[in-house]
Amino acid sequence: MAELFRLRTDPEHTADAVALADYQPGGTAVRLEPADDARLLIPHLGALRRIDIAFPKFREGRGYSSARILREAGYAHEIRAVGVLYVDQLTFLVRAGFDAVLADTPIDRAVAERTLARFPAVYMKAADAARPVWELRERV
Amino acid sequence: MPRLLTGNRLETGDVLWWSGSDWSLHLNDAVAVDDEGEALIARLGPQERINDLALIDVDATPDGWRPRTTRERVRAVGPSVRPDFALPSLPVESI
Amino acid sequence: MYRYDKYDQAIVDARVDEFRDQVARRLNNEISEEAFKPLRLMNGLYLQLHAYMLRVAIPYGTLDSRQLRMLAHIARRYDRGYGHFTTRQNIQYNWIKLAETPDLLADLASVEMHAFQTSGNCIRNISSDQFAAAAADEIADPRPYAELLRQWSTLHPEFSFLPRKFKIAVTGSAIDRAAIQLHDIGLQLVHGPDGEIGLKVLVGGGMGRTPMLAPVIREFLPVADYLSYMEAILRVYNRHGRRDNIYKARIKILVNDLGAAEFARQVEEEWAQLKPLGLDPPPSELARIAAHFQPPALGANAPVEIDLSNPDFANWVAVNTHPHKVPGHAIVTISLKAPGEIPGDASADQMDIIADLAQRYAQDEVRVTHAQNLVLPHVRRADLFDIWQVLVSAGLATANLDRASDIISCPGLDYCTLANARSIPIAQKLAVNLAPQEGDLGELKIKISGCINGCGHHHAGHIGILGVDRKGEENYQLLLGGSGAEDASLARILGPGFDENGIVNAVEKVIDRYKTLRADPQERFLDTYRRVGAEPFKEAVYG
Repeated sequence: MAELFRLRTDPEHTADAVALADYQPGGTAVRLEPADDARLLIPHLGALRRIDIAFPKFREGRGYSSARILREAGYAHEIRAVGVLYVDQLTFLVRAGFDAVLADTPIDRAVAERTLARFPAVYMKAADAARPVWELRERV
Repeated sequence: MPRLLTGNRLETGDVLWWSGSDWSLHLNDAVAVDDEGEALIARLGPQERINDLALIDVDATPDGWRPRTTRERVRAVGPSVRPDFALPSLPVESI
Repeated sequence: MYRYDKYDQAIVDARVDEFRDQVARRLNNEISEEAFKPLRLMNGLYLQLHAYMLRVAIPYGTLDSRQLRMLAHIARRYDRGYGHFTTRQNIQYNWIKLAETPDLLADLASVEMHAFQTSGNCIRNISSDQFAAAAADEIADPRPYAELLRQWSTLHPEFSFLPRKFKIAVTGSAIDRAAIQLHDIGLQLVHGPDGEIGLKVLVGGGMGRTPMLAPVIREFLPVADYLSYMEAILRVYNRHGRRDNIYKARIKILVNDLGAAEFARQVEEEWAQLKPLGLDPPPSELARIAAHFQPPALGANAPVEIDLSNPDFANWVAVNTHPHKVPGHAIVTISLKAPGEIPGDASADQMDIIADLAQRYAQDEVRVTHAQNLVLPHVRRADLFDIWQVLVSAGLATANLDRASDIISCPGLDYCTLANARSIPIAQKLAVNLAPQEGDLGELKIKISGCINGCGHHHAGHIGILGVDRKGEENYQLLLGGSGAEDASLARILGPGFDENGIVNAVEKVIDRYKTLRADPQERFLDTYRRVGAEPFKEAVYG
């Protein structure tokens, strides 16, 4: 099994994630497949400690929207990307709201560090704290 | 029908032909791989140095190999509209 | 035109660094081709039939002379001395080496250029009207709106793995030179009830296997809500666009399946979620960008009358120039379609010559058109003769704009790994054969694609040609009646296909029949076709 790449400092919530269809109110870990509607979880965000979002194929991109929707709804616990993912997607994943990645291909820590440190500015607001350049320009 | 093994070099993208022990830029250096083709791909593919490995059908002619499809003839020679870049694999007119 | 500030430059520089890192890891076998391929594609680097091909973005088709000289330098230093201007206002180089690509990108970055998102399932280069800021018919320059989109879409974290590629065009005019009805999103600047500028939003057009014209989903979008609304469209598409079948993955299929009204409703619903999140920059950001696009200071008293006694010059002026919004000026289109040459190709020397002309005579601007020509947008009529003489000596003075030999052609099977048939040789033969009578034929747009993906816009051709594969042999279908302009329509297949000589012959028969059918010498082929229908042409070709 691949190694977890995690950007959070709180203790890992290790409960098994259940499929959305099997989720019961009060459950603390759930797994979203690409076609699942993340908004169905909004009433349960208070109970959830970890949400796994599946990326069964490299081309799969719905999970980016799912993560961002959950962050927009105020969810602050772990969102974990699981599946066919590579270190070069880390910037997108983090900006979309993921803070943990369980990739089929191991993530090289050194590459991950320089990848995440590389871009000094971003053009658009997203789910992370980065401020878009138009906001920085505004201050000048 | 004879089959040749072809691919593109990772660093340059150059079209290559398997010549039995190595790769060549020239179609006429190619050897027919026939039944060994799949085994060669299984061996060379995982080395990750040659992209788009493929077996193509050719006819043996007095002037050398002639790929059966227009696509492979273009690959072997170069763009038919730039005869100044043509490789000496086939006459450009015969694409 | 737009100039990078320190943020723009830092982002482009970081992208060069990132790609250098990725290429190094690939060359060291740290990453597999399977993992690397999507990374290089997102940077416009394809493996084509003969070598790597790099597609460089030319945002909204605008260049200055310094940038065009850099494109010439790249052609010499990293390629074989030429480049190919594309139907999406970009340039492609055909003989690129992977190992040299990072240096090439660094050279591009030094003149504020890049290859961001010129391939992959992401938001591609934003295209626009090649006559922006010069045409009298526009209500405002669309390029500030396009630049805002360029920035917003660059490395977008949510929309870099869409179901399929995504193309946006922006125009400021009701005369559509940007084919907005044939884009995933088409935007037209319009006036609102109080005279303020906003955007008319069209979604779900496109060519390819299932061509469709985009319906309007919003008649007026206030500029203040521009980006959050785009975000809503993209999110609906990202979540609900089909991913099970690559041929049904474009947004046009989603819009068509849902119906434009239901799609618009879903966008509004999503927008209600997004709008309060502060995704829209303040008006000062658009104003900051727009300040870079101030109209050039053109003399109001430039002479209108010029000496047209040289008939070749007079013909070129009549065919290849358009009126400019400022009297005494003109918009010059430089044809890259000399009959017998490769449509859209320009040599490094030609690029340098055009860069010199732009700097000396055209306010330092060059535009790339979706018809694969170049434009000098702001030229004094009094300078036209000097410009023309330089163009003549460079083989660039072909007077054929929008005529039979001004053929759009994709690279086709001579270069492209997706192609089923060659496009360029068909374009060359047709151009040579039709050029002698093209003055009599008037506006006639012939567009050729080498495969169903339709990069040669065959569905938008008055006469369209589609290359297909028939058991390893090239075969060509003939389509008639398309238009990519404000009177957009989709060309329809006339009948069974032809071989290479047969298609050239069939087009000539269609044109001969048109000459007998046209109501008067001014009636365009397209209008004749629309009036009489396909039958007479079918009879002429197959009868």
